[in-house]
Amino acid sequence: MSLRVDISHRYGDFTLHLAFEADAGITALFGRSGAGKTTAINAIAGLLHPDTGRIMLENEVLFDSGTGIHVPVAQRRLGTVFQDARLFPHLSVRDNLNFGARYAPPGASGPGFDDVVSLLGLALLLDRAPTTLSGGEKQRVALGRALLSRPRMLLMDEPLASLDGPRKQEILPYLERLRDGDLRLPILYVSHAVDEIARLADTLVLLQDGRVAAQGPLYDVMSDPAAVPLLGVREAGAVIEAQVIAHADDGLATLQISAGQLELPGVQAPVGSKVRLRVLAQDVILSKGVPEGLSSVNILPVRILTVQPGDGPGAAIALQAGQDRLLARVTARAIHEMGLVAGMTCYAILKATTVAPGSIGR
Amino acid sequence: MNVDAAAWDALRLSLWVACWATVLAIPLALWVAWLLARKEFWGKSALNALVHLPLVLPPVVTGYLLLTLFGRTGPLGRALESIGLSVAFHWTGAVIAALVMGFPLMVRAMRLAIEAVDPKLEEAAATLGAPCWAVFGRVTLPLIAPGILAGAVMGFAKAMGEFGATITFVANIPGQTQTLPSAIWSALQIPGGEGQAIAMVVMACIVALGAVVLSEALARRVAAKISGA
Repeated sequence: MSLRVDISHRYGDFTLHLAFEADAGITALFGRSGAGKTTAINAIAGLLHPDTGRIMLENEVLFDSGTGIHVPVAQRRLGTVFQDARLFPHLSVRDNLNFGARYAPPGASGPGFDDVVSLLGLALLLDRAPTTLSGGEKQRVALGRALLSRPRMLLMDEPLASLDGPRKQEILPYLERLRDGDLRLPILYVSHAVDEIARLADTLVLLQDGRVAAQGPLYDVMSDPAAVPLLGVREAGAVIEAQVIAHADDGLATLQISAGQLELPGVQAPVGSKVRLRVLAQDVILSKGVPEGLSSVNILPVRILTVQPGDGPGAAIALQAGQDRLLARVTARAIHEMGLVAGMTCYAILKATTVAPGSIGR
Repeated sequence: MNVDAAAWDALRLSLWVACWATVLAIPLALWVAWLLARKEFWGKSALNALVHLPLVLPPVVTGYLLLTLFGRTGPLGRALESIGLSVAFHWTGAVIAALVMGFPLMVRAMRLAIEAVDPKLEEAAATLGAPCWAVFGRVTLPLIAPGILAGAVMGFAKAMGEFGATITFVANIPGQTQTLPSAIWSALQIPGGEGQAIAMVVMACIVALGAVVLSEALARRVAAKISGA
């Protein structure tokens, strides 16, 4: 099931021009507020009529301004989870879930009521009223309701944006389970939070001022120096895959990546499992010689791929570390003084405490 | 106190007329309220003004306009007569007068209720595959039920109390168009009629109180159902 979007829409003096494809797995649509993310979701869901363009799901035309096709919302079967959950206040959690199931096409395959309840941990909430639920619980019910409508694809519009840190942590594992489970449901995930995307997405589409500025596999886009200004200098950084190989008594875990081993605290995943590491560009320090006498033990030999100056005093450097790519952010002055150029080999020092692992359980 | 049969007739007729007026007005008022709350169309403010007209016009004027429209020679009156329905000086005319006078109150209450429903909930229902009639029936309608009830109670109360337009339109014929307010007014015109008038005033008070108590009880039940408790 793949979604192909190519639409233009004007409102006020803002023009959205959106062209991207979303295949299996989680495709994240990232952009700051005002970049056109919600407009995109609304257009795909059928809640908004774009000025021009075409939206295709597999071989079915959902919208085509040329032929005047605009499939009504209810017939698109794109389960939508909104930022504000939108549970029906007059129905219990159970009846909200049943509302989703009620209009599911009889022949469509998908998880049953009990599957969804256990997947999302809703058993104890079934008889509650939506007004008595916490934000995180509401989002889990909204997700369950959407799943029970047997959608062909799931659209999620900043589902975690209104939740605080702990509530987010409560939901993220469910989304990972959804991604990695048997459902194989393609998901379009709209967000302005880089940490969510780094943890969840397979494919990344970066939106800026109503246009697609970059798109591709998450690992590629996140390690591309050109993405630094789009993601924000403090948020930019490569995402790499690692395998947990040992847990030490002092709380540090040893992780294997293609370029060597890292010692990281706070890794919960069991030995043998794979995790995603997010290495913020600003937390990578470069050294020309073998660093000695440092408190950090995470030192990797790397080769400089490209050096991309930024607008300010900083610059982004793409690094090859084994099979993986890293991104480092250093000052232009350091580049000049150290003579850093593409092709050079040096050492990258990673500040372990700022590397945030998220389980990917694959 | 000896209450004569005419007073009971008047009470029975008033209840009959008010019930008919309310039941007939609910779907129409709901439709107009929905149009005014949710739709943009040419002539919307004209429709809004027309709906509110009976609220601001002197009832006698409304009654006279109804007489002009629905009388035997009036355009609507002739149309109704052609299908065998005569409303002039008939209890059905009293229903029309009560309906028209209560209509703006019903529309106002229902419109407020519809405007209070977040359209995003209806959008969410549509994304789940619910066709538009189901969105209305399963989401909008339950959420505006208290507003419909409030509108119906106001419409009923207005219909029970309607006097000016009714007496102008369909006169004051005992057993046919003499509603409770008309009967009270008639009794007060007759020397020594105060006794009958007081009896009917008591009836009016009991009906009004009963309607309030009943609507409160219904509203509580509906509210409890909506909050899901």
